Amino acid sequence: MSGTVAHLPSWIIIAVALCYVSLLFAIAYYGDKRARAGRSLVANPTIYALSIAVYCTAWTFYGSVGRAVESGFGFLPIYLGPTLMFALGWLVLRKIIRISKLHRITSIADFISSRYGKSHLLGGLVTIIAVVGIMPYISLQLKAVATSFDYLVKYPDLTPPAVAAPAVVGDTALWVTGLMALFSILFGTRHIDATEHHQGMVAAIAFESVVKLVAFLAVGLFVTFGMFDGFGDLFGQALARPDISSLMTMESAGRDWMPLVLLAFLAVIGLPRQFQVTVVENTDEQHLNKAIWLFPLYLLLINLFVLPIALAGMLVLPTGAAGGPAVSPDTFVLALPMAAHQEEIAVLAFLGGLSAATGMVIVETIALSTMICNDLVMPILFKCAWLHLGERRDLSKLLLNIRRGAIVIILGIGYFYFRLIGESYALASIGLVAFAAAAQFAPAVLAGIYWKHATRRAALAGISLGFVIWTYTLLLPSFALSGWLPHSFVDHGPFGWELLMPYALFGLSGFDPVPHSLFWSLFANVGALVMVSLFDRQATIERIQATLFVEVFRQQRPNVAAGYLQETVQVGALRTLAERFLGRERTDEVFTEYAQQRRMLLDANMRADGDLVQFVERRLAGVIGAASARVMVASTFKGQGFGAEEIMQILDETSQVLEYSRQLEQKSHELERATAELKAVNARLTDLDRMKDDFLSTVTHELRTPLTSIRSFSEILHDSPDLDIGERQHFLTIIIRESERLTRLINQVLDLTKIETGRMKWQMTDVDLREVIDHAVTALHQLFDERRIALEVQLPELVPAIRGDRDQLIQLTINLLSNAQKFCPPDVGRVEVGLRIADHEVTVSVADNGPGIPLNEQEAIFEKFHQVRSGQTGNPMGSGLGLAICRGIVEHLGGRIWVRSRPGHGATFFFTVPFAKA
Amino acid sequence: MPKSILVVEDEPNIVLSLQFLMKKAGFDVRIARDGEEALSAVEARAPDLILLDVMIPKRDGYDVCQTVRANPDWKNVYIIMLTAKGRDVDREKGIALGANDYVTKPFSTRDLTEKVKQILDGMS
Repeated sequence: MSGTVAHLPSWIIIAVALCYVSLLFAIAYYGDKRARAGRSLVANPTIYALSIAVYCTAWTFYGSVGRAVESGFGFLPIYLGPTLMFALGWLVLRKIIRISKLHRITSIADFISSRYGKSHLLGGLVTIIAVVGIMPYISLQLKAVATSFDYLVKYPDLTPPAVAAPAVVGDTALWVTGLMALFSILFGTRHIDATEHHQGMVAAIAFESVVKLVAFLAVGLFVTFGMFDGFGDLFGQALARPDISSLMTMESAGRDWMPLVLLAFLAVIGLPRQFQVTVVENTDEQHLNKAIWLFPLYLLLINLFVLPIALAGMLVLPTGAAGGPAVSPDTFVLALPMAAHQEEIAVLAFLGGLSAATGMVIVETIALSTMICNDLVMPILFKCAWLHLGERRDLSKLLLNIRRGAIVIILGIGYFYFRLIGESYALASIGLVAFAAAAQFAPAVLAGIYWKHATRRAALAGISLGFVIWTYTLLLPSFALSGWLPHSFVDHGPFGWELLMPYALFGLSGFDPVPHSLFWSLFANVGALVMVSLFDRQATIERIQATLFVEVFRQQRPNVAAGYLQETVQVGALRTLAERFLGRERTDEVFTEYAQQRRMLLDANMRADGDLVQFVERRLAGVIGAASARVMVASTFKGQGFGAEEIMQILDETSQVLEYSRQLEQKSHELERATAELKAVNARLTDLDRMKDDFLSTVTHELRTPLTSIRSFSEILHDSPDLDIGERQHFLTIIIRESERLTRLINQVLDLTKIETGRMKWQMTDVDLREVIDHAVTALHQLFDERRIALEVQLPELVPAIRGDRDQLIQLTINLLSNAQKFCPPDVGRVEVGLRIADHEVTVSVADNGPGIPLNEQEAIFEKFHQVRSGQTGNPMGSGLGLAICRGIVEHLGGRIWVRSRPGHGATFFFTVPFAKA
Repeated sequence: MPKSILVVEDEPNIVLSLQFLMKKAGFDVRIARDGEEALSAVEARAPDLILLDVMIPKRDGYDVCQTVRANPDWKNVYIIMLTAKGRDVDREKGIALGANDYVTKPFSTRDLTEKVKQILDGMS
């Protein structure tokens, strides 16, 4: 440790600070120059991730230690929230980035306004809330820089600057404010061609993130290893002090942990500056991949030494407890190196704090000024007809001036807020208040990208209610605590209504103010958003935007403008419009780019197609916001008389027509499908009809044949009384046989029809197949004997019961046996009946030694009216229905029937029937 | 010399009845049980009249009719088709292929005998 006590004259500090700021300018200038040359410096995932670390402000740099002294690990949720959001980055942030790029979104206000039907009202509301909510946060940065400067100037004195000398503090803060305004104007609004990207600024911010991290780590390392002998020594000494050791337990962090994680989780997308660097300034969606882990890693590193510094400060620095003047925990980062007389580290710490503060202020004011310009001032100016804004040729200058004015005003108000409120409030609390305001945007953003039915009125209601409750439960009490409002407002509620006490609304007590406010405001915000959406109806433009946002990954290029605009606007008119906002040079570039992309020549008198209109609208949106860009583009159609409202109406009607025609198309598809189905059914019916026709024709044929014989012989007998008795007997026998044949045929036709149409009445019982075969054999015994055909039956002793209709099974067996008999030659004919038992079924076989069945007929014989003709005579041997009926019976019982045969070597018919289930 | 008739039919009982009727009417009757048999019978000796069943094995009635008509030597052979198929198309097809008449089963024996008698008597 340095033993000499030196002074740090203020001019040295100022010089160092100015050098630092000059360096920033150089980086920013270089970044812009590279961007213009097309060799972007910031098109780099590391720089992107570092720029997001603008999240760590002076509040982090000084305030984290302060918060750690109060509540131990209580400082961590503010960094866990963003870590969580970035862990979900692929889901949430990537979608927001994709949407914003596609629609050239310029700010969080623009995003919400664009999603909910390009609503000016919503954009304006978000802007106002952002300005009001973030104001304390900006003044916090001013305070941090001013305080740290005043503190450092007093070196080696460690006591805090006298509160009794506000003029001095005020002077410093005023200077700081002025310089900050200058930086912001120079960083954010230097260019004539204002676009949504500020590459120089991003480069400078990334550099600042490095500086503040290095500074904080330097202080931390010095404190831990320079002033103590490492972590062990430091924590050991802290544990020895009961008042300090309690900080190292989770209890001190308290139950506010989870609410604060949620708060930071939501705020990291709702804070205007985070939206600016994460979404608007993003040059490549892929960069997110690195930021997802690098940004959380940054947060981890910058928090590594928070607790050691807090503990060391409490151990080493006068806390006021011993009677001496206390050192504020918010200045430990600076006070510790000063106490150890390390001027260099103290100055480095000051620079770190300065970079944290300047980074935040620059990005925040640029983001806010863009919002004020695009979503608040321009819409109002366009409405004021007396300004003749619509006729001004070049508005880009005006835009920049509005933004510059907005920056000055924002910082001005920030300064006054600081003067009025700042002294009474700790750094840590002010940051949380701003977070709670920014968190009100998150429901509308998240619902906006995942829930198509969230409506404009619902978003308005949700955000408004959330903001009102935030104002009542956080902003007004802060006024009361600063003496602007009577203190009784906080303690007893307005007019003594305790139910309305701002820190214990509706009797919800026991929470810290911020979680309390967060609970009620989000409850009302989300509640209103959901409830109103459920009962609301979206206008068409809302529905279109909602679809474009929610389904952003499904579409390549949203094409809303196309279709209704193309007939009414000329390229020249669009060019004139673009020139007014982008300037002539930039407009030339834009139109050339468009023409080159599509390999076409643009002539001023050409009709602009929907693509070009959209292209120009997006470019304008990048400058003046989506809502204003739409109105401006719409105003170019059909001259002056064609107002935005009418355009909206046309769009509305067009999309209704589109919707209608889409429905018609769908209906006609359905109709086509139904027609096709009908056709198929019809074809099937025609087939069935033809089959029925064939069947009838065949049946008639089969009936006519025996009828012919019967009629002929009857007539012969009738007309020939002189026939001898033998002949008479013969003819009568023929008549009887043919009558029997006719009867059999009719019965078979009826049976088959019944089986096929499912009208057969099956008497299902457990059947013993042995008994069935015995029965069939007995019935046919005489026939076999007559023709002297041997019939051999070989059955196992025990056959498992099968499930079936006994009579039908007998019929089936008789059919097969009589078929076999029919085809066997008399005298030497031989028929064998067998039965085999398999796993789950019984197989019955009937083999004959007849002529056999040719291979090509072995399938066909089971079809109706397929007749096998006798080999010798060529005569049909049966009705052609017997086997078809057999197949019908077997298949109904769940079995199969088939034949195996080699022509000349007989045929064997098999059928199976499954066992009855036990 | 009696007129000759060729009966082409595969149902034995119908053959029997036709044979009985035609013999009784005094005609010379030959029998063929399928298309090929029928054509060889015609070739052996052309009959005056053929009673031709349509549904016969090997070559069907239409085929036989067409083959007979294709030979000018047999242009005077009278062909009566017998069929159990009563549809108009079947009749038209037979006539178109050169049959002289078409009788649907079951036929009246009396009518058929009369018809055959008339035709054969008219020939002489």
